[in-house]
Amino acid sequence: MEWKDLLWAFLVGGAICVVGQLLISLTRLTPARILVLFVTLGVVLTALGLYEPLVSLAGAGATVPLTGFGYSLGKGTIEAVQEKGLLGAFTGGITATAGGVAAAILFGYLNAVIFTPKTKK
Amino acid sequence: MENKRKRSAEELRYQQRVKEKMPRSKTLSQCVRAFVSGGAICSIGQAVRCFGEKTLQLGTEGTAAFTAIVMVFLGATLTGFGVYDKIGTWAGAGSIVPITGFANSIVSPAMEFKREGLILGTAAKMFTIAGPVLVYGVGSSVVVGILAWLFMR
Repeated sequence: MEWKDLLWAFLVGGAICVVGQLLISLTRLTPARILVLFVTLGVVLTALGLYEPLVSLAGAGATVPLTGFGYSLGKGTIEAVQEKGLLGAFTGGITATAGGVAAAILFGYLNAVIFTPKTKK
Repeated sequence: MENKRKRSAEELRYQQRVKEKMPRSKTLSQCVRAFVSGGAICSIGQAVRCFGEKTLQLGTEGTAAFTAIVMVFLGATLTGFGVYDKIGTWAGAGSIVPITGFANSIVSPAMEFKREGLILGTAAKMFTIAGPVLVYGVGSSVVVGILAWLFMR
């Protein structure tokens, strides 16, 4: 494992989370709005070609935050449009993120069924 | 009338005091926590990515999907065990912004509303936050795709 990659992932991933924290602390945006904002921002930045450099620099530091989910959506869509034309605009995003979404649905459901909420002390 | 004005001035002063006392002082330490915890989660993601790329030889797209799946699994399972919410009280945005937080936002309400049944409780509430995220994320990506198609012609 490259230690430099790990360091960049830490720094960039941490920085993106700080942006989220500042939005929560200073503007009182709710977490749900932060998540929606970050995904949409990821799609837009990717479309403008601004997010790709961050991914090549920081790897998971850029793909693990929810902006990275937007990056996968945007990148998948644009690549699919290049291959299949207009149809790709509709298939590309979900195809690229299918693994994560399917995992979220299955693991989310199983965990919710198996476990009961812990009562807070 | 006199009384009312006086009270509102008092209220104003009170509100100002509340404003001074309440948040800002916490903001810096919250940011440090978000940085450390968010960075740590992304480092774990980087290790998973490395494993997928080098050891499992999954290729670019495969690695991205593999990392997302593993991170979502971790987030969902830790939420199930009640660990993720404990991390969350310390980490703030550091636990919300990563994709593990997306998984957490699915499991938490789904668990909470289980008593309302497996369909309209668990399954429906899974998407209270994930739903909007998918609507805006997928929606904007389709718009971007259509725009890209128009510019390419």
